[in-house]
Amino acid sequence: MTPKTKLSCRNVWKLYGQNADALLQQNSNPSGDDIRSAGVIGAVRNANIDIAEGEIFIIMGLSGSGKSTLVRCLSRLIEPTGGEVLFDGIDLLSANEKELIEIRRHKMGMVFQHFALLPHLTVLQNVMFPLTIQATPKDEATAKAREVVELVGLKGREDYYPRELSGGQQQRVGIARSLVTEPDLWFLDEPFSALDPLIRREMQDEFLRLQERLHKTIVFITHDFEEAVRLADRIAIMKDGEVIQIATPEELVMNPATDYVAEFTRHIPRSKVLTVGGVMNTGGTGEGEPIAQSARVSDVAERIIASDAPLPVVDENGQSVGAIDRKAVAHVLFGEGDAE
Amino acid sequence: MTRLSRSQFAILALVLVTIVLGYFGRDLGKALDARWLTKFPSAWVIPFKTYISLAMTWLIEDAAIGPVAFTDVTRTIAWLIEQPYDFVLALLADGFVKGQGNNAQVILPAISWIVVTTAVIALGQYCRDWALAALVGGCFIYLAVFGQWDSAMVTLASVLIAVPIGAGGGLLLGVLAYRHPTFEKVISPVLDLMQTIPIFAYLVPILFMFGFGPISALVATIIYATPPMVRITTLALKAVDSEIQDFGRMAGTTQRQLMWRVLVPSASHSLMVGVNQVIMLTLNMVIIASMIGAGGLGFDVLAALRRLDIGAGFEAGIAIVVLAIAVDRLSQAFAERMGQVHHEVPGSWVARHRRTVLVLILLVVTWVLGQFSPLLLEYPESQTITTGAFWDNTVKYLNVNYFDFFEAIKVFFLTWFMIPIKTVLLGIPWPWAIAMLTLLGWHAGGWRLAMLCGGMASLILVSGLWSKAIVTVYLCGASVILATLIGVPLGVLAALNKRAGTAINLLIDTLQTLPSFVYLIPVVMLFRVGDFTALIAIVLYALAPAVRYAAHGVRSVSEELIEAGLVSGCTRTQLLRHIRLPMALPEILLGINQTIMLALSMLVITALVGTRDLGQEVYIALTKADTGRGLVAGLSIAFIAIIADRLINAGARQARIRFGLES
Repeated sequence: MTPKTKLSCRNVWKLYGQNADALLQQNSNPSGDDIRSAGVIGAVRNANIDIAEGEIFIIMGLSGSGKSTLVRCLSRLIEPTGGEVLFDGIDLLSANEKELIEIRRHKMGMVFQHFALLPHLTVLQNVMFPLTIQATPKDEATAKAREVVELVGLKGREDYYPRELSGGQQQRVGIARSLVTEPDLWFLDEPFSALDPLIRREMQDEFLRLQERLHKTIVFITHDFEEAVRLADRIAIMKDGEVIQIATPEELVMNPATDYVAEFTRHIPRSKVLTVGGVMNTGGTGEGEPIAQSARVSDVAERIIASDAPLPVVDENGQSVGAIDRKAVAHVLFGEGDAE
Repeated sequence: MTRLSRSQFAILALVLVTIVLGYFGRDLGKALDARWLTKFPSAWVIPFKTYISLAMTWLIEDAAIGPVAFTDVTRTIAWLIEQPYDFVLALLADGFVKGQGNNAQVILPAISWIVVTTAVIALGQYCRDWALAALVGGCFIYLAVFGQWDSAMVTLASVLIAVPIGAGGGLLLGVLAYRHPTFEKVISPVLDLMQTIPIFAYLVPILFMFGFGPISALVATIIYATPPMVRITTLALKAVDSEIQDFGRMAGTTQRQLMWRVLVPSASHSLMVGVNQVIMLTLNMVIIASMIGAGGLGFDVLAALRRLDIGAGFEAGIAIVVLAIAVDRLSQAFAERMGQVHHEVPGSWVARHRRTVLVLILLVVTWVLGQFSPLLLEYPESQTITTGAFWDNTVKYLNVNYFDFFEAIKVFFLTWFMIPIKTVLLGIPWPWAIAMLTLLGWHAGGWRLAMLCGGMASLILVSGLWSKAIVTVYLCGASVILATLIGVPLGVLAALNKRAGTAINLLIDTLQTLPSFVYLIPVVMLFRVGDFTALIAIVLYALAPAVRYAAHGVRSVSEELIEAGLVSGCTRTQLLRHIRLPMALPEILLGINQTIMLALSMLVITALVGTRDLGQEVYIALTKADTGRGLVAGLSIAFIAIIADRLINAGARQARIRFGLES
C-alpha cells in the first residue's frame, strides 16, 4: 500500500529578474540558455516533487543550488513564478492571505538554520509564541508549551533567554516552537548546519527519536550528504535550481543519475548506506543467526566477517530471502566503485 | 618623485589657475571693467525670499481645506502638545495652581527635589548598578546645589515631552517607510534636507505658526530630533534577520502582528540607539529653542551670553551638560538592560516593585510634611554654591596678564591662514567657480553629480547670496582644514596607542556632550567677537568625527595586511604610511564629511559672535521674523552641505573601489 501524498509540487519555477513573469508566460519550460539570455536568474527550475505522509524527505544541495528557495516556495514564503503546490490536495498558491495564515497557524511548522528565536522572549514565551498570536487561552498555551519544552529536553530552562543558551539548546527551542501547534507538515531548513559536529550528531539522533514518536511529514534541507543519508527516507538532489535526482539513499549510491550525484556519493562510506538486502546473494542460503534485510552493512559487517560460512538474510516477516558472505561485505567496505 | 599622469597634471593646473585667479580676481574685474565677474549684479537676483514670505503669509491667513483653516490645524497641534507639557511642567517645576496672578492658590506643589533625585537614583540602580545610580544621583544633586534646579526641571519637562513624541513619531514614520518603499523614496530626501538645513531656518516659520512660547520651542525640537529616529527605524527593521521574518510568517502572523510582535521587538536594540539620538538632539536644541520661547537652562545660557555674563552662562551651560550626561547614561543603560538576563522574582507587587514603592512613599511624605517645612520641597537657596565669580575672575586674570599672548595667536592665524583663504575664495569669478564645481562633480561621480553641483551652486548665485555663501565656505573650510589637521593625527594616535586612546576618547566624549553654545562662551571671553573666535568654536565642535573615524579606520585595517607588512620588513612608520593610512583613507574621508556637516551646523550659532556669512543671514532673519530670508539662507547652507557631502562620498567610494572594499 503506498502512503498518501501529503505535499506535492508541479512544475514549480522561481525566476528572479525584471522579465521573469513574461519569460515563463511565453515559454512554460525555458532552457538554461533561454533564462540566461532573458537576463533573469533561475533559482528554482521546474521542480516536481511528491512527499508522502510520514516520510522524511530531504532536499540536498550545495549553497546556491536553490534548495532554500524551493522550500520557501513550498511554504509560500516566496511566491513561485509558476507551477502549483498542492498541500493535502489544496492548491496553496491560490489560497488568499487569510487562508494561508490559517494553514500556517495549524498545519505547518518550520525550524531555521540560525534558530530565529525572538531575543526579547524567554524560552517558554518563544515556544508559546505561535499559540499567543492565535489568541489561544493563556493557561492552555502555557501547558502545551511546557509539554513540548519537556519533549525536547529543556525542562528547567523555561525562563531563560535565548542568549543564555548554547547553540544546540537554542535549536531545541526552535524545534519545540515549531511543534507546539502540532503541525502535520514540518519544514526544517538546515537545522543543524550552524552547530558543532558533535552536537550535530546528537541532534540528529534526537531528531530521529522525535520522528519515531510524532510521525510528521518532514521536508528537511541540508548541504551535508552524510546527514541526508543518515536521516532520509528519500533524498532530492538539487543543482543550479534543478532537481536532478529523487531517490532513496541506497539508490543514489547504487545508481547515481549523473556524475554530479556520483561525486557526492563517492565520499560516503558505502557500508553506511547500503543495506544487506542490496548486496546479498539473492536466493542463496546460509546458516546461523539470520540478518535483517534492511540492516545497514556497517552495522552487521563484523558479524558477517567473523563467520566462515554465509549468513542467512530475512525480510521483515522473517522469511529467508538470500544469504550474505564476507566477500560481499569486504567488497562494500574496501571495494572501489560499484558494489556489484 | 613619481611622474604625474596626464589627468593629475590637469587637475593640479586647474587648482593653480583657480588660486591665481582668486588672488587677482578683483583686480582683474576692475581692469576688464567687469565687476560682475566677482560680484553678482543685484539686478539679476531672483527674489526667492519675497516669494516665500508671500507664500507664508497666504498659508497663515488664507490657506484652508474646506472649512478647516491652516491655523486651526496648527492650533490643534499646539493644544495637543500643550496638555501633557503643562502637566509635566506642573509636576516638575511649577506645581498645580488654581486661579491666576495674586489669587493663585497652590493646590499641590511640584515634586520635591529629594523625590526626583531619589527616583533617578533608583532608576540608575534598576537599569544597571549602584555606580550608575551614584553618577546620575550626583548629577541631580549638583543641579540642586549649584542653584540650577528650577531651570533644569523646566528643561527636563520639555525633554520628557519632546522625546516620546519624537521617538514615537519617528518610529511610526520609519515603520511606514519600511512597509511602503514609495513612501521611503519620498521621505528620504526630505530627511536629508531636514538634517542639513540649519535649525534656525525653520524656527521662523514655526514662530509664525505657533507663536512665541514653549510650544513653538517643543515643535522645533521635535522636528529637529525626529529624522535620525526615522532613519534608524527603517535601517533597524531592514537589518532584522530574514529568518526571523520567515519565522513570523510561518507562525501565521498577520501583517500587524509581524510588525509589532516580531520585527520591532527584534530590532529593539538598534531602536534604542535611535531613542538615545533623539534624547541627545533634544538636549542640543535646548539653547536654540529658548530663542523662540523655551525657558529653563537654555534661556539662562542665552540671556547670560547676551549680557556677556560669562560666569552665569558657563554655569547654566555646565548644568545642561550635567543633565545631558545623566539622561544619556540612563537611557543607554536602559537600552542595554532590555533583553538582558533577568529572572522574574516571585512575590507580591510590592515586593517586586520595591523601588517604585519607596519613591511613591517619599513623594507623599514630602508633599504632606512640605506643608510645614519648605525645606523638604525646595533646596534652600542660601545653601547654593555659585562659581560664577570664579570664572569671571579667571577670565579677567587671563585677559589682564596674557592679553598679548592671545592677541598674537589671533593675529597670526588671521594673517597667515584665514585672510589669505578668504581673499582667494572671494576673488574667484563666479562663472569660473561654478564651472570648476561642475567639473569636480563630473570627475568624482559622473554627469548626475555634475548637474547637482552646478545646479545648486547656480541657485545660491541667483538668490543673491553668493558672497555670503563664499564667506560660509571660507569659514567652514578653514575650520575643517584645522579640525582635520588636529583630528586625524589624534585619531591615528588613539588607534595606535592604548593609553593615549583612552585620554583622547575622554576628551572627544566630553566635547560631544557639550551643547554647541557652550563652546562660544570661553572662546569669546578670551578672543572677543570675530571670525577667529568662530573658527575656534567650530573646530572644537566639529573635531569629534574627524578623530573618531580616523581612529576607527586605522583600527579596522585587517590584521593580515599588517602582518604582511611586518614580514616584508616594514618599520613602524612605513607600516603607518604605506598600509594603515591608505587603507583607512575612505573612513577618514567620511570623518571629514561629518566634520563639514557639523561645522556647517555650528555656523549659524557662531553668527552670534559676529560673523558675516549665511549663518548671520539666518540669524538676522530670525530676529526680524523674516520667513523668506531665513529659509533662502538656510537652504543655501543646506545646498553647500549637500554638495560637500555628495562630492566627498563619491571620493570615498572611488577610494573604496580602488582598494576592492566595494564594487
